[in-house]
Amino acid sequence: MPASTAEPAASTHSTASTSAPSVHSPFESWGRYPKYNARLVQLHWQSDFPAILAGSHEYALPVGMGRSYGDVCLLKDGVLLQTTGMNRLLDFDPETGVLTAESGVTLAQILNFAVPRGFFLPVTPGTKYVTLGGAIANDIHGKNHEVAGSFGNHVPCFELVRSDGTRILCSQRDNPDWFHATIGGMGLTGLITWAQLRLRPIVSRAIDYEGIQFHGIDEFLELKQRYKDVEYTVSWVDCVSTGKNFARGIFMVGEHSKVPGELKPSPDPKLVFPIDAPAFALNRTSVSAFNTVFFHKQRKAHVKLVQDYEPFFYPLDAVLHWNRMYGRNGLVQFQYAIPWEGAKEGTIAILREIANSGLASFLAVLKAFGDIPSLGIMSFPQPGIMFALDFPIKPGITFPLLQRLGDMTLDYGGRLYPAKDAAMTPRQFQTFYPNWQQFARFRDPMITSSFWERVTAEHSPAQRITETTGARPTV
Amino acid sequence: MSLSTQPATQPRTQSTPNAGISPSAKVTKKILVLGATSGIAEAICRIWASQGAQLFLVARNPEKLAAVAADLKTRGAAYVGTAVADLDDTSRHAELLSHAINSLTGMDIALLAHGILGDQPRAEQDFHHAAHILHTNFVAPVSLLTWLSNYCVQRRSGVLAVISSVAGDRGRKSNYLYGSSKAGLSAYLAGLRNRVDREGVTVLTIKPGPVKTSMTAHMKGFEKFADVNKVAQAIAKGIDKRVDTLYVPFQWAPIMWVVRHIPERFFKKLNL
Repeated sequence: MPASTAEPAASTHSTASTSAPSVHSPFESWGRYPKYNARLVQLHWQSDFPAILAGSHEYALPVGMGRSYGDVCLLKDGVLLQTTGMNRLLDFDPETGVLTAESGVTLAQILNFAVPRGFFLPVTPGTKYVTLGGAIANDIHGKNHEVAGSFGNHVPCFELVRSDGTRILCSQRDNPDWFHATIGGMGLTGLITWAQLRLRPIVSRAIDYEGIQFHGIDEFLELKQRYKDVEYTVSWVDCVSTGKNFARGIFMVGEHSKVPGELKPSPDPKLVFPIDAPAFALNRTSVSAFNTVFFHKQRKAHVKLVQDYEPFFYPLDAVLHWNRMYGRNGLVQFQYAIPWEGAKEGTIAILREIANSGLASFLAVLKAFGDIPSLGIMSFPQPGIMFALDFPIKPGITFPLLQRLGDMTLDYGGRLYPAKDAAMTPRQFQTFYPNWQQFARFRDPMITSSFWERVTAEHSPAQRITETTGARPTV
Repeated sequence: MSLSTQPATQPRTQSTPNAGISPSAKVTKKILVLGATSGIAEAICRIWASQGAQLFLVARNPEKLAAVAADLKTRGAAYVGTAVADLDDTSRHAELLSHAINSLTGMDIALLAHGILGDQPRAEQDFHHAAHILHTNFVAPVSLLTWLSNYCVQRRSGVLAVISSVAGDRGRKSNYLYGSSKAGLSAYLAGLRNRVDREGVTVLTIKPGPVKTSMTAHMKGFEKFADVNKVAQAIAKGIDKRVDTLYVPFQWAPIMWVVRHIPERFFKKLNL
């Protein structure tokens, strides 16, 4: 970790109006693991960074809503620059659908603005409570990856501000190397102050939905082929059952309804998971029961219905703080993308390993990634099968399993997703992301994350410093 | 004071059409916002912008003002005019206010939201800092309200919504300079209301508790402060209903009733 010469927050105060607003606060990632102390500083204006760090020698990391699962949005004993106060919409062109906004605006806020105007996000993850900047920094993907690629594919340009105050306009034409390093760059290349996003038109909130039961990976692949022209596809898969129910699941497809309908904004969620669930709440019996109920909730093998986009895209957003269900210890997610060559074999082997472990929870997601190349040199998506599963953290059990699953992913030529990770080893990361040293040249010398420190740990700090000072903004 | 003005939309011709709003909607409000880059003011302005209001924004920092103006225009304000001004300079107030109202071609609501928290320990030692807090939070609003109240009385209409604070309800050792500036402001507003209410002019004293904004981001307990958007909704509603005094969030009304009624011989011993 960087040597932290932490100064008391008050030492930078001259008057209240120029003070660096900061509070020590337990900032948690969505998995609530690991837990690190950091100084949390709120950014409200594009000019706040790097001025707000003047005189500080601490390392910093821009963060948004903290919806990454592991430590990609954490910095032990450092400064977290939270962007959510920078949430202004700077311009919208209804002709092209291009929205220009500050990076701390959330996708939920964008939807509240866009839906009544007949527009929707070009790519959305399973929660709308992430920021625009975070969506770019993790080059997130959604159910439409096969037809739309990842988030960065819909970002015409953005501004990157470095800790030395340099402002870099980034697009495929202007400073393309910075553009490609920052998309999927995990916030390490500097602060994204504002960005453009190309929205897509819709005529209704409604989604034409179909759900089809399947048994096994072969049936899943058949369905994927049959529905390859549908915009949104995703599958829930049972990771608990073995025998004839092994890898049973529901293949879910959806498209924005073409019948004009209402375009009002969504109401705020009312349900909040109130307290941490006790450790025993999630066990093999309860999870197995959930999986059986979920599979048979859809009574027929094939259903068609029209539903609102909220339950289709964001079923879990209806319950705020649902991560408390996993108790105080938190959860970790395992998410891989394995290229087609090893995809089927690898998926079956990994699902077997998980089913045998008895540690699986619900919320297992299976989907195909398409061929549209991501724009970031560190982007996660690649053509093949993507799989994601949450695990409760059980001491002595969860992490050895993740280690095995990570190595299996590696053996089948796949990679894990930094935004969901708390367990990747340096060897795994450096094999998954062969561009990592090229990327390291774009890292801001004052910015790092606990994730980055962890997965580059086998290199000495001195080496890392030369890597990061080699790059100069090309403006 | 640097008074540069820059209309954020095209120069105006007669009455601005009610862009994007159904014809049945009532005529859009014309609103002057002083201290428009304050967290609370900006959040209220977003509500007004989404209703298609016409806004004139005044703030000190040109970059921040431009960002706020762009946001409000994007969110649907029918007109956004801006002026960069340091409101501490009372000698320029008349010029600034008449320019703003000319740009808006009238004024239905004025929101006064500028103010500073100041540095209490410093103000205890340094009278100039204490005087600065009093000037920004009390003297300057009195200057603005003198002009604005007379403008409204002449037209026999208008709402003057002014952000004071719960801190003005009773002096406490932790922030009595800020508190006394707001106490003076609250007393002034009560008197002004008493004078102009019968002339058809509404004076609204807004008393927020601690709110999550850039002004309070460095304070202890920031996490527990009120959400600025909820506070803004309550204020926008209070302005529509033309109430006299508004505690936001509303829980502060009973809390401050208790605080006001603690006998001084006990109160002076408390660490508040």
